[in-house]
Amino acid sequence: AIEEIKEKMKTVKHKILVLSGKGGVGKSTFSAHLAHGLAEDENTQVALLDIDICGPSIPKIMGLEGEQVHQSGSGWSPVYVEDNLGVMSVGFLLSSPDDAVIWRGPKKNGMIKQFLRDVDWGEVDYLIVDTPPGTSDEHLSVVQYLTAARIDGAVLITTPQEVSLQDVRKEINFCYKVKLPIIGVVENMSGFICPNCKKESQIFPPTTGGAAAMCQDMNVPLLGRVPLDPHIGSRSCLHGHYSCHSLFKEKPETGRRAARWLSVHKGIQEFCNLHQSKEENLMSS
Amino acid sequence: MKTVKHKILVLSGKGGVGKSTFSAHLAHGLAEDENTQVALLDIDICGPSIPKIMGLEGEQVHQSGSGWSPVYVEDNLGVMSVGFLLSSPDDAVIWRGPKKNGMIKQFLRDVDWGEVDYLIVDTPPGTSDEHLSVVQYLTAARIDGAVLITTPQEVSLQDVRKEINFCYKVKLPIIGVVENMSGFICPNCKKESQIFPPTTGGAAAMCQDMNVPLLGRVPLDPHIGGHSCPQHMAGLPRAGQAASALWLSSCFPGIQEFCNLHQSKEENLMSS
Repeated sequence: AIEEIKEKMKTVKHKILVLSGKGGVGKSTFSAHLAHGLAEDENTQVALLDIDICGPSIPKIMGLEGEQVHQSGSGWSPVYVEDNLGVMSVGFLLSSPDDAVIWRGPKKNGMIKQFLRDVDWGEVDYLIVDTPPGTSDEHLSVVQYLTAARIDGAVLITTPQEVSLQDVRKEINFCYKVKLPIIGVVENMSGFICPNCKKESQIFPPTTGGAAAMCQDMNVPLLGRVPLDPHIGSRSCLHGHYSCHSLFKEKPETGRRAARWLSVHKGIQEFCNLHQSKEENLMSS
Repeated sequence: MKTVKHKILVLSGKGGVGKSTFSAHLAHGLAEDENTQVALLDIDICGPSIPKIMGLEGEQVHQSGSGWSPVYVEDNLGVMSVGFLLSSPDDAVIWRGPKKNGMIKQFLRDVDWGEVDYLIVDTPPGTSDEHLSVVQYLTAARIDGAVLITTPQEVSLQDVRKEINFCYKVKLPIIGVVENMSGFICPNCKKESQIFPPTTGGAAAMCQDMNVPLLGRVPLDPHIGGHSCPQHMAGLPRAGQAASALWLSSCFPGIQEFCNLHQSKEENLMSS
């Protein structure tokens, strides 16, 4: 399977895993925004793969609930939200979004293998893989299946409080153990500005210094800090990808929010391009 | 499990909604009565939060002739977690399903809980190995029911509906749903913001649709995130509107009533 997947992944330039030891920190939300952010350039082909088998959030966040996956001679077709942005998730294979996927590890691994081997992504510049929280079957499997295909690196998502950072340190150690390069850490839900009085509250208080302190301790880059934003929670659900689009296309009010996301995205692209240059230098020498 | 009267699972399809925080506060809440023996078992093998939340980091588990001893935070409140078995809290537990299942089996079989009134089992998010295993291993021992935790926004509710369907499939009674992070009151101007907006009616609408009880709704409370549970519980009298006060007054009594009713029904069945 590893060789088959390596062949399939030849048309995929960059592969980025979005990880967190902790649940509910915004991995899927970040993955969706990263996918949209990269796809703002129409000449960039982006693929978003959701390997959270039990709790697949990507279809809802992307406004693609109810969409179905089609099979053809060349494999499964992803669901396209834009011409240059295709999505795959177990969510598209369920008859109802409320259906529980009650599978043990081996069955989940099988699904992930199928996603990597059988989906016809075509020529892709960035494949973003959204993962469930933890350091278990899904994480081991995706790293193993992509061994020969080479993952550029992982973005780790956290929130500022210690109970999240503790799990994210474990995830950093997971990356070291499986030799997965770390692109950097994003701190979500980093403060909340009351829309009424504009006072900032630390809803998830960084009592141990937040992601900044953790990144310094563990010598990993901090890609950015993004505040809590109720609009993310609401529009992405009602209007699908509207919230992602509005974030990147609208002006002044969202300008500040968008700027934070965009600087994180830029950091990720730079890492991938540097990675690619190093590889090309190695191969030509 | 014969010495354990009531067994409650704390579940959620979704991560980060406050399962461990709720489990810890439930354990402390029940243990407020010194005559009630409480046990808290953390079966989140990859991300064991209970030691930190309970202020028990660095504690070690001891083995004796009668099995593993839980870590006691109070005389009547014992805790077990894989977190106590790690050399460092940053150590990743990178295990596939079968190894996690083995650990859960050991926790249920080898821990010497003693006489316990309430065993609370904190779980990781999802509907996979850990959840299937704990239900299967406890089949003969009879679980009273499950408390499901959610936050108000649809992306959480979607996963919690799956968890409700999981409970139906494995015939696990549902005690009810708790909606955490239900609004935030700015400490400065007191205006309420819906940080995780209930665009589809929140847990109340979901509970009505799916015919399960809503045990309570609890606001976002920065004090919860900032302090460990014992510190926070100690400050409870001043907490006022804080999350833990609401859990105590609205959610915990509902859970106790369910368990007692459950017990009465069983006793009636056995004596008839």
